[in-house]
Amino acid sequence: MISFAQVTKGYGNAAVIENISLTIELGAFVALVGASGAGKTTLLKAINRLVEIDGGTIRVDGEDIASLPLATLRRRIGYVFQGVGLFPHMTVAENIWLAPRLQGAAPGGRAERVAHLLDLVSLPADMADRLPAHLSGGQAQRVGFARALGAAPSIMLMDEPFGALDPVTRSELGRAYRALHERMGLTSVLVTHDMAEALLLADRVIVLGGGAVLADLPPRDLLDFRGEPGVRAMIDVARDQADRLEALARAD
Amino acid sequence: MPDFGLPLADLLRLVQAHLFLSGCAVAAALLVGLPAAILAARNRRFGAPLLGLISLMQTIPGLPLLALFYPLLLFIGRATNLAIPALGFLPALLALGIYALLPIVRNGAAAIQGIDPALIEAANGLGMTGRQRLLLVELPLGAPVILAGIRTATVWTIGTATLATTIGQPSLGDLIFSGLQTEDWRRVLIGCIAAALLALLLDLILALIEAGLARRSRWRLWTGAAALVAIIAATILPVREAAPAGGAAGRVVIVGAKNFSEQYILARLIEDRLRQAGYRTERRDNLGSTVAYRALAAGDIDVYVDYSGTLWANILQRRDMPAAPDMLATLRRELARRDKVRLLGSLGFENAYAFAMTRAGATQRGIADLADLGRASAELRLATDLEFLSRPEWRAVEARYHPRFRQSRAYSPTFMYRALADGSADVITAFSSDGRIAAMNLVTLADPRGALPNYDAVLLLAPRAARDTGLVAALRPLIGAIDIGTMREANWMVDRDADKTTPQQAATWLATRIR
Repeated sequence: MISFAQVTKGYGNAAVIENISLTIELGAFVALVGASGAGKTTLLKAINRLVEIDGGTIRVDGEDIASLPLATLRRRIGYVFQGVGLFPHMTVAENIWLAPRLQGAAPGGRAERVAHLLDLVSLPADMADRLPAHLSGGQAQRVGFARALGAAPSIMLMDEPFGALDPVTRSELGRAYRALHERMGLTSVLVTHDMAEALLLADRVIVLGGGAVLADLPPRDLLDFRGEPGVRAMIDVARDQADRLEALARAD
Repeated sequence: MPDFGLPLADLLRLVQAHLFLSGCAVAAALLVGLPAAILAARNRRFGAPLLGLISLMQTIPGLPLLALFYPLLLFIGRATNLAIPALGFLPALLALGIYALLPIVRNGAAAIQGIDPALIEAANGLGMTGRQRLLLVELPLGAPVILAGIRTATVWTIGTATLATTIGQPSLGDLIFSGLQTEDWRRVLIGCIAAALLALLLDLILALIEAGLARRSRWRLWTGAAALVAIIAATILPVREAAPAGGAAGRVVIVGAKNFSEQYILARLIEDRLRQAGYRTERRDNLGSTVAYRALAAGDIDVYVDYSGTLWANILQRRDMPAAPDMLATLRRELARRDKVRLLGSLGFENAYAFAMTRAGATQRGIADLADLGRASAELRLATDLEFLSRPEWRAVEARYHPRFRQSRAYSPTFMYRALADGSADVITAFSSDGRIAAMNLVTLADPRGALPNYDAVLLLAPRAARDTGLVAALRPLIGAIDIGTMREANWMVDRDADKTTPQQAATWLATRIR
C-alpha cells in the first residue's frame, strides 16, 4: 500500500505537485495520466525517492519513506522506465541478477533465478548470455522488466515503459505485464500519456493537471466523466478512435 | 653488437631506472588522481577549481618544477627535523607525479560525467549505493576513457623523466645531459631514442588494454596486461637482486658532479677509487653549483669536487681575496664549523674563471689584460656560461674594470666556446683547466687588480663520509696528484670533436697518470 498525504514538490518557483493526498491499495493497478508537465512522473519518482518531495509524507506499507535508508526502500520497489537503462557492459543474465546480487544472494542460485525471470517475461533462456546491444527494443524492455522483478518486489513503478516501442510490441507487452500483475499479486503504478493504454490496462486511472488530481476513477466510470473539460477531451480522443474503428468494421 | 658508445649494461641500468621512476610517478598520480577525479565528477563546485589548479601546475615548465622541489623538501626536512631526502628519487617522483595528474583527473572526471544518464537512473532505481554505482557501473563503463588518460600521462611522464637527471635521479636524461655537455651527439641520440621507444612501447601496450576493455576483447586485454606485468617485473626484479650485495661499509657512497666535462671525469675517477677500495657507488651528475654543496651538507651526496673561489663567494659570502693558502685554510675551518663538511684538500690544479679571446682578436685590438678589456669593451661582445653574470666575480670585475660590453649572452659551456670560434662573441669567460684554451689557441687575460679569486679544485666530503676512515684513505692519494696540464689533457679528450672519448675513458686515463 502506498499513501500520499499533502505532498508538494516544486522546481524553483514553479509548483509541480500541489498538496496531493491519495492512497493506492495493495494489489491495485493504477495509471497516472496527464499532459507533459502535469506532474505524473514527479509523483511516481517521489515513491522511490528518485525525486525528493518538499512537503508532506509518503508511506509505503505504513512506513514513512523519508525514514528508510534509500537502498532498502528502492530494493523493495521495482522500477522500469522508457530509457530501459540496461548496463551495456553486462550480459542479460548479469543485468537481471543485479538486484539479487545487491541483496547478497548466493551466486549458486543465479542460473535458476535468471531462467525463471526470463520465463516470466516470455524470453527464451538462451538469451541470458547476450549483450544488451544485441537485443531488439521489445526484448530489451522485457529484460528491463525481468531486472526490476529480480528482487521480488511487491510494488512496481513504471514510467512510460512502452513509450519507445512500436504499437504492436507496445500492446503485446502491456497485456503481458497486466497478466504478470495478476499472477504475482503486485501493486503497480504506471505513468503514461496515452489515455487508451491507461483505460485498457489499469483498474484505476488518476488524471493529473497542473500538479493536482483532476479525476480519480475506475476506467468504466471515467468514460462517463463530466467534470474538467481537459480530462473529457483526453477521454473523447480514445473513445472517438474506438468508435471510428467500430464504424469502419461495420461498413462492409 | 653495435657500438653504443657506452656499455650495454649501463644503458640497461638507465632504462630500468627511467622506467622505475616513471612507473612510480604514474602510480602515485593514479593513487591521488582517481579519487580526485571521482570527487570532481560528483561535485562540480569542487571539480572546477581542482581542475583549474592542476592545469595551472601543468603550465610550470618541467625543469624549474623539478628544481623547485629541492629547496622545498630541504625546507620541510629542516622544519620537521625529519630525514627527508631532498635530492634524487623523492623530488623527481613528486614533480613527475604532479605532471601526470592532469590527464588522469581530467579524463577520469569526464569519463564518469559522460555516462548515459539513463544508466545512472537505472542504477539508482535498483537501489545501488554510491559505492556500488561507482564500482559496478561508472568505473567499468568509464574505463576506456580513464585508460586513455593514463596513456597520455604515461607518455608525458616518460618524456619528462629525462629531466630528473638535473636533481640527481638517474634516468635516460643522464645520457642526454652529459652528451650535450661533452658534445657527444651519439649519447644524446641514444638517450632520446631510448626514451621515445619506451614511451611508444608503453603507449602501445596501454592502447591494447584500452581496446580490450572497450571491445570486450579478452585476447587484447590479456596480451596487454601480460606485457605490462613483464615490463614491471623487468623494472623491479634486478633492482631487488642488486640491493643485498653490500660493499665494505654496507652502504652506497654517492658521488656528485656538476654539469661539465671535468666534473664528469673527476666523479668517475673518485668512483673508480672507491670501488677498488670495496665500496659500492652511485653517481649524481649534472647538479647545479649551489645545489651540489647543499646536497653534500645535507648528506644527499657523499663526495664531490668544488672550487675554492666558488665556495668562498657563494657559501661563505666573502668579498675579500686572500692568497690561495689562506683561503683554503679558512674554507677548511669554516665549512667544518658551519656544515661539518670536510675539505680533504686541493687536487693540485686550478679551474679559474679567465676572460679569454682568440689570439688574433687580442693582438689586433691590443688587449693583454682586463684593464685593456674594460677600455675596449664598448665594441666587444661577451659570451659567458649560464651563471657567471649573476656571480660575485662578475660584480668584482665590474667594480674594478668598469666594462660596458656591446652585448653579453649566456651559453652552456660548450656553446660558449663555439660562440667564440664562430665569431658570434669576441671574449668569453673560459675555465683555466679547459683543454680548449690550448686547442683553440686562446689567450687568457691577466687580472692586475685582483678581481677573480683562486679556484683550486678541492675534494669535499659530507659529514658522514668524513667519519669513514676507509673512504678517506681511498681518496687521500688524489690530493695534490693532478696538475693543470694533466687535467687539461683529460678534459680535451672528452671535449674534442675528433677521436672523442667518454668521461669514463678519460677518468681511466687520468688514473694511470696519478701514481
